[in-house]
Amino acid sequence: MTRHEKIEVRSSDDVVKVRQRVRALAVEAGFSLVDQTKIITAASELARNTVNYGGGGHAIVSLVKSNGRTGLRLVFEDRGPGITDIELAMQDGYSTGAGLGLGLSGSRRLMHEFEIDSAPGQGTKVTVTRWR
Amino acid sequence: MEKIPILKMGRFLLVSIQVDMHDRLAMTLQEDLTDRIVKENARGVLIDISSMEIVDSFIGRMLGSIASMSRMLNAETVVVGMQPAVAITMVELGLSLSGVRTALDVEKGMEILHRFRQPGEEETDIDDQA
Ligand SMILES: Nc1ncnc2c1ncn2[C@@H]1O[C@H](COP(=O)(O)OP(=O)(O)OP(=O)(O)O)[C@@H](O)[C@H]1O
Ligand SMILES: [Mg+2]
Repeated sequence: MTRHEKIEVRSSDDVVKVRQRVRALAVEAGFSLVDQTKIITAASELARNTVNYGGGGHAIVSLVKSNGRTGLRLVFEDRGPGITDIELAMQDGYSTGAGLGLGLSGSRRLMHEFEIDSAPGQGTKVTVTRWR
Repeated sequence: MEKIPILKMGRFLLVSIQVDMHDRLAMTLQEDLTDRIVKENARGVLIDISSMEIVDSFIGRMLGSIASMSRMLNAETVVVGMQPAVAITMVELGLSLSGVRTALDVEKGMEILHRFRQPGEEETDIDDQA
């Protein structure tokens, strides 16, 4: 069984909606409370980046299976300005806004897999997975 | 407009965050709290986050700025009731909440606020809001 959900991410209300949907799927997948908390926190960070820097986009939340393991995969995609220096953006404390610069680097620590695909003028796609 | 209620108890303000706060609501809370600290001449702010299922970088930043703004207005802030899973996640996220005083529950938080009252300041009753 593979569950799959697409959510518009355009406003801070949508960030709340992403958190709620991700929570529901993490519970359904049987993640522990600590794992649920980590996944929801990463989702909140990435969804907010989509709104604040990407000019809005969408999220795809899915339950995935691989080698008998269950995982929760989150994809955040926008058609915004993209990121010029990804390595710099991934550093703790780096922010072009007023943020703490923890969203990208912190989400990478909270999830098992982290992939970022971004180029100036091309938008940004971040894919993260946590396995149970 | 949706708002998070701020209760007054003597010289202290109490806030319990019960909803999954969106960012605008968090900004409003920050402004409302600083207004009320001045208006009520408050000496302490207690923020109960026991219902919050996550504290991300935005909420962490908000708690930090509430603490430093209230300090500038001569009020101490204590954040109480953080869930263990939230604490574990915050550490991994890299959020330290430095400059924010925390306590396990409302009772311990109130003890801390009472300790911070200046010596010689008269005891206050739970009075009605002006
Ligand atoms: N979707 C995106 N589109 C364009 N730029 C982005 C996107 N996501 C992140 N960035 C860039 O990467 C930087 C670092 O992002 P990160 O989430 O780590 O920190 P922040 O959002 O600035 O602060 P915080 O997340 O701690 O509140 C951002 O300041 C921004 O410049
Ligand atoms: Mg961010």
